[in-house]
Amino acid sequence: MHAKKRYFFLIISCLFGIYCFFNGYNLSSKNIKKTRKDQLPEFATIEELTESPSRQKRNPQATIKSCRMQTCFDFSNCGSDPKVYVYPTDGPVSATYRKVLSVIRESRYATHDPAEACLFIPAVDTLDADPLSPEHIQDVASRLSRLPHWKNGRNHLIFNLYAGTWPDYAEGALGFDPGDAIMARASASETIFRDGFDISLPLFHKEHPERGGAPPAATGNPFPAPRKHLLAFKGKRYVHGIGSETRNSLWHLHDGNNLILVTTCRHGKSWKDLRDERCDEDNKEYDKFDYEQLLANSTFCLVARGRRLGSYRFLEALAAGCVPVLLSNGWRLPFDERIDWRRAVIWADERLLLQVPELVRSVSPERVLALRQQTQLLWEQYFSSIEKIVFTTIEIILERITAHRSSRQREALIWNASPGALGTLSTYGDSRSHLPVAVSAPLAPAAPSPPPRPLPAPSVPLSAPPPTPGDAYTALLYVQATSPALHKLLANIASSEFCKKVVLVWDSERAAPTLKSLSRMAGDLRDPLPVIVIDATTHYPGEGVSARWQPLWAIPTAAVFSLDGDAPLLAEELDFAFRVWQHFPERIVGYPARNHYWDESKVAWGYSSKWGGSYSMVLPGAALVHRALLALYGAAAPALRLSVRRARNCEDILLNCLAAHLTRRPPLKLAQRRRYKPAHHRYRSSWSDPEHFVQRQSCLNTFAAAWGYMPLVRSVLRLDPILFKDPVSTLRKKYRKMELVTS
Amino acid sequence: MAAETFLKTSKYSKYTSYRNILYHRFFVGLLLFIVVSLVLIVVCNIFTGSTPRGDFHESINLDASSLPVRTLISESRTSSPRVTNCTYWSCFNVYKCGRGGHDKITIYIYPLKDYRTDDEKAISKFSREFYEILNTIKNSKYYTPNPDDACLLVPSIDTLNQNSFSSKYVAQALQSLEHWNNGENHLIFNMVAGVAPNYNTVIDLNTSKAIIAGAGFDTWTFRYGFDISLPLYSPTAQKINNSQPKQKNYMIISTQLNIPEDYLAELQSVASSSNDLLLLDRCKTASGKTDYMKRCEYTTGKVFDYPDILKEGMFCLVVRSARLAQPVLMDIIASQCIPIIIADTIVMPFNSHVDWNKIALFVPEENIKNMLKIVHSVSKERRGELYWQLRWVYDRYFSSIERITSTMLEIINEKVFPLAARMYEDWNMPEHLYGPVNPLFLPVTAPKSPGFTAVILTFDRVDSLFTLVRKLVRTPSLAKILVVWNNQKKQPPPSSEWPVVNKPLKVIQTKENKLSNRFFPYDEIETECQLTIDDDIVMLTPDELEFGFDVWREFPDRIVGFPSRLHVWDNVTSSWKYHSEWTNQISMVLTGAAFHHKIWSWYYTYKMPAEIRSWVDDNFNCEDIAMNFLVANVTRKPPIKVTPRKKFKCPECTNTEMLSADARHMSQRSACVDRFSRIYGHMALKAVEFRADPLQYREAAGVPHAYPDIGAL
Repeated sequence: MHAKKRYFFLIISCLFGIYCFFNGYNLSSKNIKKTRKDQLPEFATIEELTESPSRQKRNPQATIKSCRMQTCFDFSNCGSDPKVYVYPTDGPVSATYRKVLSVIRESRYATHDPAEACLFIPAVDTLDADPLSPEHIQDVASRLSRLPHWKNGRNHLIFNLYAGTWPDYAEGALGFDPGDAIMARASASETIFRDGFDISLPLFHKEHPERGGAPPAATGNPFPAPRKHLLAFKGKRYVHGIGSETRNSLWHLHDGNNLILVTTCRHGKSWKDLRDERCDEDNKEYDKFDYEQLLANSTFCLVARGRRLGSYRFLEALAAGCVPVLLSNGWRLPFDERIDWRRAVIWADERLLLQVPELVRSVSPERVLALRQQTQLLWEQYFSSIEKIVFTTIEIILERITAHRSSRQREALIWNASPGALGTLSTYGDSRSHLPVAVSAPLAPAAPSPPPRPLPAPSVPLSAPPPTPGDAYTALLYVQATSPALHKLLANIASSEFCKKVVLVWDSERAAPTLKSLSRMAGDLRDPLPVIVIDATTHYPGEGVSARWQPLWAIPTAAVFSLDGDAPLLAEELDFAFRVWQHFPERIVGYPARNHYWDESKVAWGYSSKWGGSYSMVLPGAALVHRALLALYGAAAPALRLSVRRARNCEDILLNCLAAHLTRRPPLKLAQRRRYKPAHHRYRSSWSDPEHFVQRQSCLNTFAAAWGYMPLVRSVLRLDPILFKDPVSTLRKKYRKMELVTS
Repeated sequence: MAAETFLKTSKYSKYTSYRNILYHRFFVGLLLFIVVSLVLIVVCNIFTGSTPRGDFHESINLDASSLPVRTLISESRTSSPRVTNCTYWSCFNVYKCGRGGHDKITIYIYPLKDYRTDDEKAISKFSREFYEILNTIKNSKYYTPNPDDACLLVPSIDTLNQNSFSSKYVAQALQSLEHWNNGENHLIFNMVAGVAPNYNTVIDLNTSKAIIAGAGFDTWTFRYGFDISLPLYSPTAQKINNSQPKQKNYMIISTQLNIPEDYLAELQSVASSSNDLLLLDRCKTASGKTDYMKRCEYTTGKVFDYPDILKEGMFCLVVRSARLAQPVLMDIIASQCIPIIIADTIVMPFNSHVDWNKIALFVPEENIKNMLKIVHSVSKERRGELYWQLRWVYDRYFSSIERITSTMLEIINEKVFPLAARMYEDWNMPEHLYGPVNPLFLPVTAPKSPGFTAVILTFDRVDSLFTLVRKLVRTPSLAKILVVWNNQKKQPPPSSEWPVVNKPLKVIQTKENKLSNRFFPYDEIETECQLTIDDDIVMLTPDELEFGFDVWREFPDRIVGFPSRLHVWDNVTSSWKYHSEWTNQISMVLTGAAFHHKIWSWYYTYKMPAEIRSWVDDNFNCEDIAMNFLVANVTRKPPIKVTPRKKFKCPECTNTEMLSADARHMSQRSACVDRFSRIYGHMALKAVEFRADPLQYREAAGVPHAYPDIGAL
């Protein structure tokens, strides 16, 4: 027995030895090869990498390349403020295209002079290039070529929603040659799309509103999403022909509860001739579900291609807050040059149709929450009306022009987060920190300082806007007459802790007060505040009341305290307002609040200064506003500004509407003060004038009509200092004098 | 039973020896068996080692010392030309991916072969970089040794440099690949494309339907959504460390040696008129040989070391030359000098995912003369953002062949498996610079109609609980009450004893008495808003609660609540302290009575640092501080305190139960604030000086008040 044991152990140890030997051999050979790797040559020598071009210039290649901005667009006529020229309409134009044209004509981009235009828009209706469609316009090609500035389409923008026709729906079949014109087209595929040149549009209905548009349907953000169905689709299927396969096989996924995918063969006159064996069964299921209900009650909505790649369904799903699941291989999504669709849609693959349920089931609830919010954000900012779709198209092109001129464009996050590209000016600042974004990033460590300048800076210093929120504000006073109230206000501003500068806009026929007299008013001679007086009548003639927010160049801070010259604010109130505003730079933060209401009897909006439980405006006669918002005010639609100029009034209402339209948030009212005029007002009796009030009422309605909806949002709260009127010693309180202000 | 006792008592010793023998035999048998099977395995391996079995695939051996030679006959078929309009949808066979339940792409590398022409020349030079690419793939989680299982296939022929392979023979070699199938799902790597005089911007090779991962594409040759743009790797960049000078000495530096002459002339005129541009050229040496580690100022001839000089520039120039991509770009990015890229229609590396506007300036070629103006118009803020982004991007995506390859693999993986896709923020926004992403980013006022769910954490104070329930139900917007019964020793009172209320009420019994139970995202909470409330907070009026809910609706991503606290820095102990006196500031609201979105409960339970959660449960304290830290850290916004200060002590229970009265309790809370701020790495809380009151608070009662019953004490 023992001998046997020893024998076995011997064998085992032998085997172990062999194993070790082989293993060791392996290891050692590896080592050898490791070094062999280092013996391999580099992929290229430094000479090869840094090869210089041959003497002769790169020959522009003989092969015709598709257009790019650098090759097919003439930047020479696009200055710092590029303009769009719309040709006068002659000939038939569909209702949709008429809306497109009128939106552009009334925008701030428009010009009447083709000589100063950078971008041309033909009044020839190119929307529908399908000869079988009733909306199709004949003879587009020759009418385009007859345009006086056509030049093979250079610097022209052409809108197209439907290309090609039955049976193949070829994308190239437009019936005309766009030449060098930029095509803004729906249903574009990756193959035909000229990357960086064309623009992809969403497909929208004839009934799509011209302006305004439905506000987001899904304002709630319940977590996890409690919707009834997981995935929904309800639509036609074509049985035969291009693009029909996907929809024809959807019934495989339908389970009647979680996954609702119902189709019908009923469309056109002769559907019964083309029907297949499933049609009757499909139609029966189809009639069980209501489309709107499905959109509202599903987490995901299938957006399957139709005959063309795009479908109306895409916008419908987006509007309803139903996350689109795309089954449309090769489609360039709307505005995908700037909009990051990964945040709002799920890309599925037509080839992997049967994996779709598995795909949507594995989306985490947190991602669903983010996706759904993003659908609402994008719908609201870029798609809810024809105006927005058209403006987005133009903004993308203008941004390319700005990028070409000054190498700056809006950050991706501006496009894909609130307030969106249409809510910011592409020329205002080059960092998100210049904009009133609600949350500032954590303070970045300081970068190394730039070199000291031995030579003077270039002749035109392009000053960058101040960062948000900053640690001081600029008081922007609008004064029509000197008064004791102004003296008092200046003294209060001077004793405010955070004021950096006073800009006084003098709007009166009388001569402006001298700086000396003002600084005497401002008191505090030891450390005088910089004061600047701007005479609006000479600097901004004809601007009217809007002139009060014109001199942005003089404002070195992001926070602008817009004040009427006789506003009776205390220094404490100024300081408190600024401390609050720092946390809400995107809103108007101030004291005098007003409300709006719907007047059933007049079927119109009413304006109210009555005291009540809520408010929707804070008047910038005593309020903090972000500098970028004032810049946007300067670029507001011409029609709006015209109505302000005509009325010599309402500039404060317009600013409130603008802020609410951009942020969808109400303004913030502070503490108890309501009045922002001294009780006995000698100079402008207009405030007690009923005429004045009627005018404001009509302004409100004009604005609501121009936007297509009432942008103002109500709030029921006001913000007070923490210990405001609390039963505690006033010595403990930071803002004591504020408590004495009762109204 | 009986037999066992019998054995144990009578013949114990005999029994043991018998058992010993039994065991002995068993072990010897086992040993025999093991040895025999070992021997068998070894024998089997020796005999079958040369011919591997069909269903077993060995990983590719990149280090094989001798490669099988394959000679290509010059007349053999080449692969078909590159399909110029390929898209992911038309040229990529998606059915090959996700086979066998993979939730990621799988990549196969063809075995290395020594391809030779018929006159015995190698058809391509196998380079170290290509070795590293293959090695990275081999060691990545995507690698598969089985070609039938593969979603992507990589030919192991080095095509990195157009100058070092023969297009014709490589095309033949590709055609001869076993699974070539017209290039479907094949991946071709290339860094240097095109040769003189035309310098094509894409590899000059018949790649059929293969995906090209290459450097130096222009927008015409790059197939959108299909090809992948790579950086042109620079060996120099590897040697650049991440140290930085305190001050940059030059505004713009140009060190490139191959700038086209017409552009160079423009740069020279810029440099002669301004000190902001340091224009460097090669140094004139006697031998005429270029020293690539030196640069000389083009007029004065002052010598600078390359690449060290790059670190002294705020901005550095990259100009397109014979090829669009220049290796100097990687040197510049590694040196943390902001690149100014002058190359029209270039496709930047990884442009589908990396946002180049966050790291570089792009100046059109016809705008070179305006370069200074453009650079000076860059704001201080933007400059800082660009600067800090640079090194982070470099370290993450470009710093080595390995990084470049794995970034590329990840991009393909995201394309094929869209759910694996990481968002823009993950790719482009370092959390240390931009902070985490707020999950509630839609600016809306939350709808009123769903109301809120009250979540009451209770232990055994039944009387107080019932009073609270009776009061709560008078709040109009209350949708449901959820009582979290945290006492395992005692059953909740039977339903007959509960107050009769007109709102749904549900009791949840917990398994363990933990404070974190109040922040569990129960399925029963069906509203987005939840009110967490202690069972002894009975002094809040319905008006106050309703107003609190209305305030929350306006700030749906914040905690909105009643009792507030402040954190202060204690200079004496150099630590954060918790403060509960009357102050002019607040930075926390206590979750003894606070509204917040349900997602924060989910965050608390699943995303908060585990260290904090376990500390809270172990010490039975600070769950509210933890919640305030959590929300403030994610949103970077302070909470909102509603209505004037109230005494939050129930009059009946002032004596023993009130934990807050305990001094030890307070010092523990100070420790919490200090500890949590250290865990987050910074003080996440933010102090504010305002609170929210109803619009008509403390106003004359002329107009009826919307929320009349709001009291100070």
